[in-house]
Amino acid sequence: MKIIAVCGMGIGTSVLLKMNAEKVLSQLGIDATVEATDMKTARESRDAQVILTTPDLAQLLTGLPSEIITIDHFFDLEELTNKLSASLL
Amino acid sequence: MSFAKLAESFGEDSIRVLAVALDREHAVELSGDLLVSSGRVTPDYVTQMVEVLDTHGPYFVIAPGIALAHAKPSEVVLSTGLSLVTLADPVVFGHESNDPVRLVIGLCAVDHDSHIEMLAELSALLSDEATVNSLLNAVDTEHIRNLF
Repeated sequence: MKIIAVCGMGIGTSVLLKMNAEKVLSQLGIDATVEATDMKTARESRDAQVILTTPDLAQLLTGLPSEIITIDHFFDLEELTNKLSASLL
Repeated sequence: MSFAKLAESFGEDSIRVLAVALDREHAVELSGDLLVSSGRVTPDYVTQMVEVLDTHGPYFVIAPGIALAHAKPSEVVLSTGLSLVTLADPVVFGHESNDPVRLVIGLCAVDHDSHIEMLAELSALLSDEATVNSLLNAVDTEHIRNLF
């Protein structure tokens, strides 16, 4: 399964999101690759099952085939765990 | 826990405590100015950081009270690094759940992957609530450096 973590530039926010998502996915036993990417690449992406991003950016990522999960608090692994398991398990 | 990579990522003159920011653009500029004063970027990068805010909104307010301001890797980035500014008065960024902001981290990277280890340490540091409180309550930059 492919997941993309999206932020404006693909170097800051999305990288933090990717790192914490990988931790949570491994704890949940879900086999997935997570790529950090920018908005432009995300808009052209068609093969990601899930897009992880922030509420602000989610509004700009409509019309894609992927399910969008928004994360408010990037360091709250419980929020990531709840949202990822509700979607993927 | 020690944060060796973080310690070297914050150059001289990259940290400021209890700064006064007039609005969210100013708060981003303050973090960018510290990247300039520590020799990481040219002033053009600061302009780009504010443009990211204007273009994409306050998505980089990544946790309650914490913003991670940055632009993208380019020739105006001289070396990868971080800056940090605590705000004397909280500033509203317009984020739906993480406002107001009291801590702005400035980030610049020369490429897309050489800064991953640095961000992993930053993530570990900011995941600890007691550490974040110590950062916010620091009255001088030494207090902050001692947390790395």
